Amino acid sequence: MTDESALLALPPYGLIREEKHAFLTGELAALTRLHAERCPAYARMLSAAGVSPDTVTSFEQLPPLPVRLFKEFDLKSVPDEALAKTVTSSGTTGQQVSRVYLDRETAALQSRVLAKIMQSTLGGARLPMIIVDSPATLQNRDRFTARGAGILGFSLFGREKVYALNEAMELDVSGLHAFLARHEGETIFLFGFTFIVWQYFYAELRRSGAKLDLRNAVLVHGGGWKKLADQAVSRAQFHDALRDVCGIERVLDYYGMAEQAGSIFMECEYGHLHAPAWSDVLIRRPRDFSLAYIGETGLVEVISVLPRSYPGHVLLTEDEGVLLGEDDCPCGRKGKYFTVLGRVRHAETRGCSDTYESR
Amino acid sequence: MTNQEKYLNAFVAALEVAPGEAPTLTYGESKSWDSVGHMALVAALEDAFDIMMEMDDIIDLSSFDKGKEILRKYAVEI
Repeated sequence: MTDESALLALPPYGLIREEKHAFLTGELAALTRLHAERCPAYARMLSAAGVSPDTVTSFEQLPPLPVRLFKEFDLKSVPDEALAKTVTSSGTTGQQVSRVYLDRETAALQSRVLAKIMQSTLGGARLPMIIVDSPATLQNRDRFTARGAGILGFSLFGREKVYALNEAMELDVSGLHAFLARHEGETIFLFGFTFIVWQYFYAELRRSGAKLDLRNAVLVHGGGWKKLADQAVSRAQFHDALRDVCGIERVLDYYGMAEQAGSIFMECEYGHLHAPAWSDVLIRRPRDFSLAYIGETGLVEVISVLPRSYPGHVLLTEDEGVLLGEDDCPCGRKGKYFTVLGRVRHAETRGCSDTYESR
Repeated sequence: MTNQEKYLNAFVAALEVAPGEAPTLTYGESKSWDSVGHMALVAALEDAFDIMMEMDDIIDLSSFDKGKEILRKYAVEI
């Protein structure tokens, strides 16, 4: 496995197809070997799939672990005493939650890689930050929800942080006015989960008619569109609606999940999600799991070279997506770019997981 | 207040620990110095010394001693 400093020296969006393929194949074979040695459940899955890391010639041959297995099993590749923290997805009552086990090495890698991606997105300076959420999200420090972990992860890129919502999830308009007055003329960084931004920030600004001037701000949001799609809100409407209430022009979505924190897929100015050096996406046909063509809808498989304390390096999500291209996005970033259409229908009817939506 | 006192106070206030305990702590291994505590600590250090730390330094801030080394980059001698 590549050591941390070499991993972090990779240009976030500079590897072209052949370079990336070779890098991922070597890295993922090594990770597969490590997890097979240390996580018996993963080793059984691998042998049931008839795959050995020693004979893999392309990372695309590695069998993806269905992401829901993190709800059903405790999957970890380190002894309990090496665990630094456990991240859980926030299910509603009675729903099973995912548990992701992190040791210090993996947690640090996640933070550092996220920092590289965000530096490339926002520039190097830490910006005054508005967290579009409630401080109550971080109350239980022993067991983080994915939402809390996301807030903390992104908080690194901000300074003089304020929460837009109070403990009761009410918009703190006067607090925001004071914050914006203190930082007049500066670029402001807003972070929040898509649904929270819509329901508690946008809708409240719209309802109350309160004015906020965020023309100089950039909003990074993630967590999925399912709840908004249910309300028939498209990406374009989301952008237009936010611009209407606060003037914000730069709104960037990202795709990521608690099971692969850090190596997220950030949207570019053309609205395409990009795989950075440390992760990749494969779109598979649901019928036979073969690889879909560019432009063809299929299941989203996500790949990350970061998970070392749990076997989460190759995961099959419950989302549908489309690969849009590779190495040739007009924004100039190399690597694959894609779009996510939403949750697969059968996954919803089974009531399975609100993981990405309700973080 | 000397820099040393300010530095120790930042740890004590942000991580809610006794002064004697602070120098023994490491990020991720001490219960009080978890990721929430970490962000509080960064804010406290930035306030105390009127500096703005870079992202990489925030990530590298992993122990009491390491923090002193990092602050030297910001012309703060502990």
